[in-house]
Amino acid sequence: MEARGSVSGRQDRPRIRFYGLSTCVWCRRTRQLLEDEGIPFDYVYVDLLDDDEREQVMGEVRRWNPSESFPTLVLEGRCIVGYRPEEIKEALRS
Amino acid sequence: MKRGDAIAKSEVEALAVRLTNEAEGAGYHLNPDRDFTLGLVEGLLTNARRYGYQVCPCRLATGNKEKDLDIICPCDYRDADLVDWGACYCALYVGDAVLVGTKKVGPVPERRPPAAERVGNGAARGVVPAGKSLPLPSGLVVALPVWRCRVCGYLCAREAPPGVCPICKAKAERFERFL
Repeated sequence: MEARGSVSGRQDRPRIRFYGLSTCVWCRRTRQLLEDEGIPFDYVYVDLLDDDEREQVMGEVRRWNPSESFPTLVLEGRCIVGYRPEEIKEALRS
Repeated sequence: MKRGDAIAKSEVEALAVRLTNEAEGAGYHLNPDRDFTLGLVEGLLTNARRYGYQVCPCRLATGNKEKDLDIICPCDYRDADLVDWGACYCALYVGDAVLVGTKKVGPVPERRPPAAERVGNGAARGVVPAGKSLPLPSGLVVALPVWRCRVCGYLCAREAPPGVCPICKAKAERFERFL
């Protein structure tokens, strides 16, 4: 599994930033939901980063989600923490 | 087996069976969603290979065992989350309502303090780690030290904590001096 990458999706959908852990089953479900919905997203698996990069990325996560938990999704200035399919779909519609 | 090798399905299933037996023997339950549970167990084995201990697959470990002690599965937060949310943080362990299907598992908020607020042994509770002495209230004399399992709350009065908690199977290092 790659530590970082991009997944393309429908042009009319906003691009999401996905912070997750490669071992986390909730992160896996969240990513699957984004793929099923055709959402373009950039992903990063924080557990696969080296120390320096990890600290920098955790700084980003912390700004959105002070509890430093995963998955953390950032879309259009808002943040959704955890696998919340309804909330994610709702945010994508609005 | 080397770090880069895929984890064998048989290894995942064997650990799932062991964890199920240990859980049921002590009144705990693994998540009945089998595929979900096997995914988490695979994550535990990945982390065991990566760090040398089975850290929660849904949390970010540092690789420093002392700092990660509270999130080695079963974590220090499991029992409180079972009470409040019907499942532990990653939902490997579930309560009766989820087991019988009257409650669905949803996201469990992270109860562990963020990194900046943690001290010593992971948690931010100012607890005394195993092996360290605790100042007793003045006048209180105990014939033997009392040890508390930080995972399940089991207490025992003996010279040193047991190697493995007889209830939840947490190792000696998860005990704190209680009295």
